[in-house]
Amino acid sequence: MRIIVPMKQVPETNAVRMDETTGTMIREGVEAIINPLDLYAIELAIRLREARGGEVVAVSMGPPKTISALKEAIAMGCDSAALISDRSFAGADTWATSYVISAAIRRIGDYQLIICGERATDGDTGQVGPGIAAWLDLPVASYIGKLESIDEKSCRVHRLVEDGYEILDVALPAVLTVVKEVADPRLPTLRGKQKAKKTDVPTWGPRELDVKPEYLGLEGSPTRVVKIFKPKVARQCQKFTATDEAGVKQAVEGLVKFLAGKDLI
Amino acid sequence: MDNKGVWILAEQSGGRILRISHELLTRGRTLADKRAADLTAVVFGNNINEGDLNELIERGADRVLAMEAAGLEHFLPEPYSACLMKLIGEYRPEIMIAGATSAGRTLMPLVAVKATTGLTADCTGLDIEEGTGNLLQTRPAIGGNIMATIKTPRHRPQMATVRPHSTKPAIRAPGRKGQVVRLKADPSLLASRVKRVDFVKSAEEHGLADADVIVAVGRGIKKGENLKVVQPLVSAMDAALGASRDVVDRGWLSYPHQIGLSGKTVSPKLYFALGVSGSIQHLAGMQTSETVVAVNTDPEAQIFRVADVGIVGNLFDVVPVLIEKLKQAKKTG
Repeated sequence: MRIIVPMKQVPETNAVRMDETTGTMIREGVEAIINPLDLYAIELAIRLREARGGEVVAVSMGPPKTISALKEAIAMGCDSAALISDRSFAGADTWATSYVISAAIRRIGDYQLIICGERATDGDTGQVGPGIAAWLDLPVASYIGKLESIDEKSCRVHRLVEDGYEILDVALPAVLTVVKEVADPRLPTLRGKQKAKKTDVPTWGPRELDVKPEYLGLEGSPTRVVKIFKPKVARQCQKFTATDEAGVKQAVEGLVKFLAGKDLI
Repeated sequence: MDNKGVWILAEQSGGRILRISHELLTRGRTLADKRAADLTAVVFGNNINEGDLNELIERGADRVLAMEAAGLEHFLPEPYSACLMKLIGEYRPEIMIAGATSAGRTLMPLVAVKATTGLTADCTGLDIEEGTGNLLQTRPAIGGNIMATIKTPRHRPQMATVRPHSTKPAIRAPGRKGQVVRLKADPSLLASRVKRVDFVKSAEEHGLADADVIVAVGRGIKKGENLKVVQPLVSAMDAALGASRDVVDRGWLSYPHQIGLSGKTVSPKLYFALGVSGSIQHLAGMQTSETVVAVNTDPEAQIFRVADVGIVGNLFDVVPVLIEKLKQAKKTG
C-alpha cells in the first residue's frame, strides 16, 4: 500500500513575534518546524506501513528550505519525499496550493491513501486536505480520530464531530484528515536521521508537474489578502487577589458583579 | 459576473435546524441588505421540520431551498457537494456562507475547488467593500496573533466559513413572509464512497462547539478526580467542560475536550480558565472568546493577559465560593 502524506513547514508558534508597527509576522530567526498537526498524519501513515507493508511518501510545497522538514519526515520513518518548489508557486492560496499538491500526488501515482493533518498552525484553514480530494476526485473523511481497520478496498474510521463520533466506511483510494488522538508521533531516530541524510529528495516545479500556468501561485489564486492588522489586544484585566478567605470572598463578589453587569448570569 | 443573492448554508440534525443556521442569517441579512439582494438559506436533509424551515424565513431569509433525500439525512461530503454544486450552477449566488463546523469546513473547500472560486476559512468579520461590492472577509491567523482581510475579486460565488458563536442568532419576526421551496434531490447526485455505519454520541450534554459558556481546566486541577470540584460550576453555568493540552495528555479528560492549537478553537460568550497557565498554544484556541475569567495562583500567568477578570488565587478555594454565590444569585435573581 502506498500512502502519501502532504505536509507543511511552519514557524515554531512559541517563537512567533509580531512587528508592532506593520502587524506582520517577523519570520527572521524563527525556527521552522513540521506543522505539529502533520506529525499525527505521518505517524499514522508509518504505523500502517509497519503493519501492512508498502511505502510512505511525504510531499511538501514551500521554499527550498522546506527540504529540512521533508528530511525530518524521512528520519521519522517515511520512505521517500518530494519537494514542490518554484517561484511561480509562491503566494498560492488554499485553492492553488491544493491544485499543485494534487498534481504532485498524480505524479507519484498508484496511491491508496492520502493522509493530511487537520490544518496547518500558521494558515489555520484546514482547506487543503478536502481541496486535494476535490482535485483528485477522491472520497474524503475529515477530523479522523481513529482508524479502526483497513484492507485493500476500504477503511473504517471514527470522525470527530460536534456531538460525538461518526463511524464511517471509506472506499480507497481516499483522503483522510486526522486529529491529534489518531496516533502519538514518534521522534526521529539516529538511524532514521542517517537514512534521511542519504536519501535524495527531488524538487518538482512546473516542468515536472502537469499544471496549468494560470492556476499557479498568487496570480492563480482566487483570493487576495488586502489587509493585515493586529487584533485588539490585551484586555483590561480587572484583577483580584484571593490569597485568604476575605480575599476570596471579595474576588468572587467582584466577579459575580462583573458577570451580572454583562448579563452573563 | 451576473451572480446575484446571498446564500447561507443552514444545518440540520435529525430534521431539526441547528442554531448555527440562525447565526448565519444574522451575517447574511446584513450582507444582503448592503447588496440590495435576497437572502437564501440552503439546507440538505431528509424530512426536515416544516416549522423550522419557516422559522428560517421568520429569522430573515427571503427564500429557503430545502433539498431532501434519504441519502442527505446526515452530512456526507460527496452528495452534499454534488447537491450544492447543482444549486449554485442553477441559481448562481454571489455570496455563499457556511458555518465553520465539521460539516461546513469539509464541504466548502470541496465546492470551492469544483466551482473554481475562492474560500476564506473561519471568518470572524464579513462586510461589503464600498464601490466594488466585493465581500471583505476578516479572519484570525497564526493562532490569533494577526487578523487578515481577504477578498475574492474575480470569482463567484465568494465563499466563506464563519466561526460558530461569533455572532448572535437572528431575531425571529413572527409572520415574516418568504418562500420555502422543497426540492427532491436527484438520485444521480447521491452517490457516496463514504458510508456512515454508526454514530457514537458523546456523554456530555454540551460539546465545546455549541456551548455559550466553557469552563476550562489546566494543570492547576492537579489530578483527574479533582474535576468534581468544577463539575457543579459546569452544571450551574450550563457550560461545556474544556481542558488544556496538559490535562488531556495526562489522561484526566479525553481529547474532544482539548482547547488550543492541537485541539479545538472556541469563541464562547464566557470562558472560565481555571488553573490554566495560558501557553501561546492554549491562547490560540480561546482568545477570541467574548469574555474571559481566569483563576490562577501565579500572578504572572500569561492567561491574565487575555482575561477580563483575573483572580490570583487557588481554584480549589475560589471555585466552591463562586458556585455558592452563583446559586444565591440565581435564587434572588
